[in-house]
Amino acid sequence: MAEEKDGCVKPSKGPIVVAERQSNGGQPTVQKEEVKMLARVGKPAPDFELSAYINGGFNNIRLSDYKGKWIVICFYPGDFTFV
Amino acid sequence: MSAVAVKHEELKALGVEILAISTDSRFTHKIWQEEELSKMVPGGVPFPMLSDGGGRVGTIYGVYDEDAGVDIRGRFIIDPDFVLRAMEVLTPEVGRNVSELIRQVKAFQHVVKTGEVTPSGWVPGKPTLKPGPALVGKVWEQWKPETAFD
Repeated sequence: MAEEKDGCVKPSKGPIVVAERQSNGGQPTVQKEEVKMLARVGKPAPDFELSAYINGGFNNIRLSDYKGKWIVICFYPGDFTFV
Repeated sequence: MSAVAVKHEELKALGVEILAISTDSRFTHKIWQEEELSKMVPGGVPFPMLSDGGGRVGTIYGVYDEDAGVDIRGRFIIDPDFVLRAMEVLTPEVGRNVSELIRQVKAFQHVVKTGEVTPSGWVPGKPTLKPGPALVGKVWEQWKPETAFD
């Protein structure tokens, strides 16, 4: 995951879901439709790609790049908050 | 977030990769790290900080608050097979218990490795149970509720 120069407009894909039935042979597609909660314990983790601040630089990170490891995701309400 | 960072070495020793996510931009993450977090934790938080502008990823994980426009506090454990094992979602006022996170990671790693199950309040060293026909109706012989507490 080499650091890339940040072009300011390098959009990340956001949620990445594999539709149950689709014409392109099951390749992951970027979800454009209304999103809803998909996370269920005991089921595959919903995949996504987001831009990130990592090792002092900027890069996009895809969750499934970490497949094969134990992963902990921590959502939090915002930078500079108090808890 | 800084509490997770303080325990990062212990989590890393367990083979855990941590990803922090908020709706802030990557630029805000950078400045928070440089201006504040690095003063709470030597070297700053040592894991990636992801930007979920619009809360699209928070929505599929059930943590996006549309009214506030932010991802509320949510913590998810994913195993090496990419199966979601645990989730904990809190309203923003109450912070996480990182020790409980570590306990759960150890418990999930134990059950994956051994096929045993861990009763309520299990920590490494406490008895586990081996599920099967022989155990039906006999849990009371092997495990007492008092065991669930320190």
